[in-house]
Amino acid sequence: MKKLLSGNEAIARGAYEAGVVVATGYPGTPSTEILENISHYKDQIYCEWSPNEKVAFEVAVGACLTGARCVVTMKHVGLNVAADPLMTLSYIGVEGGFIACVADDPGMHSSQNEQDTRHFARFAKIPVFEPADSQEAKDFIQLAIDISEKYRTPVILRTTTRVSHSRSSVVEGERQESPRAIGFEKNPSRHVPIPVWGRKMRVEVEERLALLAQEACQSSANRIEWKDRSLGIIAAGVAYQYVREAFPDASVLKLGWAYPFPDQLLQEFADGVDSLLVVEELENFLEEHIKAMGIACDGKNVVPTIGELSTERLLEVKARLNGEQITSLAAEAQVDISDLPMRPPVLCSGCPHRGVFYGLTKFDVVVTGDIGCYSLGVFPPLNRTDVILCMGGGISMAHGIERAGEPRKVVGIVGDSTFFHSGVTGLLDIVYNRGASTIIVVDNRTTAMTGHQDHPGTGRTLMGEATKKVSIEAIGRACGMEHVVRIDPYDVKNTQAVFKQALESDEPWLIISEGPCVLKERALQGPRLQVDAEKCIQCGKCLKLGCPAIEGLEATPHVDFYQCTGCRLCAQVCPVDAFVAAEESDHGK
Amino acid sequence: MENDEITSVVLVGVGGQGILLASEVMATAAALAGFEVKTNEVHGMAQRGGSVIAQIRYGQQVFSPLVAEGTARVIGALEQVEGLRYHPYLAEGGFAVVSQQAIVPVSVSAGQSKYPQDLQPRLGEVYPRLAWVDVQQAAEDIGNPKVANMVVLGAMSTELDLPSAVWEQAISQCVKPEFLDSNLMAFVIGRSLV
Repeated sequence: MKKLLSGNEAIARGAYEAGVVVATGYPGTPSTEILENISHYKDQIYCEWSPNEKVAFEVAVGACLTGARCVVTMKHVGLNVAADPLMTLSYIGVEGGFIACVADDPGMHSSQNEQDTRHFARFAKIPVFEPADSQEAKDFIQLAIDISEKYRTPVILRTTTRVSHSRSSVVEGERQESPRAIGFEKNPSRHVPIPVWGRKMRVEVEERLALLAQEACQSSANRIEWKDRSLGIIAAGVAYQYVREAFPDASVLKLGWAYPFPDQLLQEFADGVDSLLVVEELENFLEEHIKAMGIACDGKNVVPTIGELSTERLLEVKARLNGEQITSLAAEAQVDISDLPMRPPVLCSGCPHRGVFYGLTKFDVVVTGDIGCYSLGVFPPLNRTDVILCMGGGISMAHGIERAGEPRKVVGIVGDSTFFHSGVTGLLDIVYNRGASTIIVVDNRTTAMTGHQDHPGTGRTLMGEATKKVSIEAIGRACGMEHVVRIDPYDVKNTQAVFKQALESDEPWLIISEGPCVLKERALQGPRLQVDAEKCIQCGKCLKLGCPAIEGLEATPHVDFYQCTGCRLCAQVCPVDAFVAAEESDHGK
Repeated sequence: MENDEITSVVLVGVGGQGILLASEVMATAAALAGFEVKTNEVHGMAQRGGSVIAQIRYGQQVFSPLVAEGTARVIGALEQVEGLRYHPYLAEGGFAVVSQQAIVPVSVSAGQSKYPQDLQPRLGEVYPRLAWVDVQQAAEDIGNPKVANMVVLGAMSTELDLPSAVWEQAISQCVKPEFLDSNLMAFVIGRSLV
């Protein structure tokens, strides 16, 4: 039966059909829905959100060494965190099939950088598969499991945003269990890479790579579509789809398994066409190798390296190759829209983080931020984040800025899920090395930005079971923090008072701002408010909250009834009590 | 340049308005009608009240999940400014449904930019075939402000060659049972608005 599935849903289905029994991961757009959908098969597949990608990876490695088929999921930057186990798993090898499903984000829709995971495959000397649509996403999981078990190698399945989040039809199949019984077999020379055995493994990695390259040449994941031979195009992943639309007549070598490079296939295709073009999203991974083989080709000289590709961008490439004028498909002479207001994402109305950022606007401090919804605190009017680096970096960077001798006080902001991910070690560092930063954990009891996944603080597992709620306060105290304070971020006065106390102190403070994510709760926090125009003195103080429910279109602000959640931050910053309960009767049901 | 066999549609608005559900319904309807369908949506950061676009393409054979500018047969906008922002996507002769709802971005409230007051005439200029619909009123009449997306979808459906039975079936498949009636009603009202 055919079903319309997103790439991520298809990968989950593929994992089910391929007999996967353990699946782990950490949320990150655009990869999150893979594991969420695998959890629908929890009767057959044990799945968990791990505290971070390194842990998730290692859990999956342990499971695969018992012969279990495993997948671990993460976004591209998550693989940086898991790079340590990846590099040595390549040496140890696997027992059950092992796939790291890694989603890249060309165009940086929801990411802080635009890295190309194919480089990690080459770095770790393991195969990488790149599906071009949902059907391939599902099919390549089975293929990857087969290759992984045949060569005892970990495998990367690399998707991009437009594969993970595009829907297309998929034919589903039945589940095939692994014939191997689960059981760890003691074999130290195979599983322990101390130098005496590791050096032998090192040789095997190279031998395996050569065999894999041969297999890739024969693989069904790679195919030549012979058409007009005056131009041949090599493409992988979703770029293939754009190539088929922009160059309908060209011959195409479609690579679904591009590394280890299938040299014979590349040579055969190059020999069969008059000129060669390599179309790949992000880096010149294939092109560099093809040129090193002594094959002349066009590539990044005409195809953009930065951002996503599209049919339109490839039509521009085509025009460039043919020396033609570049024309847009869009109708000409449209009206000028440069005056339209930008609409970046914002903290939701009623968001608990708003109280923290608003509180910080009252102090002259440097604020190191982190990865999550609260990165939105960087935008005006809150404007209260000065630097963001990576998961957990909000804590460690604060310490560095302070230790360098920055004259202002430093505040680090980190979310609850991010704190568990990699914030704890930074906190330890601050205590151990006698730092004096103020760290605020904005604890909304969920992994919000990626769509509300559970984590060690939520009391629930991905399997749907109740579990211990790990206390951030207790961790802080166990790390040696002496000043640990919990605040209600909706209490403007107290929030500022606690900040003042912390910032006037010479010691490190851990402030835990507790307020559940409003998007998750979806309940009103109090009666919805409206502005009493008679009382309003048009001072604009409420607009400094950056609340999307408060519209500052006219001199007297207006509260959008449906967006207001009744959090009452505005009522507290208003000097004349102009925010009053809204009249429900004006707004239907 | 667009293959005549492929129908491209875009849905735009503000994160949280139900663009993804509307896109899912449209894709399901096209699939039920027997077409190959590809869609694309942006998740994550882009959904927090930001400008959002969803893209749907269907036909006998579809490669790219992305709609190229100047190729959409129909554009549906759940918000005025977003309706104008994405106008380059519409093909010549295409049909636009724009909700009269205005959602003021924080950038306006913060005084960094202005919310244009002349959007209706400007939309009329870029869209020779414009349905300028009071979607919010329709949704409030139904008693569920969240079904504005289905009102717009209903209006858009008048321009697409999918039988009405598949729309109904698609809505039933995609919407939670407790909200089915109001969503179906919204869709029917949307169809009657144009």
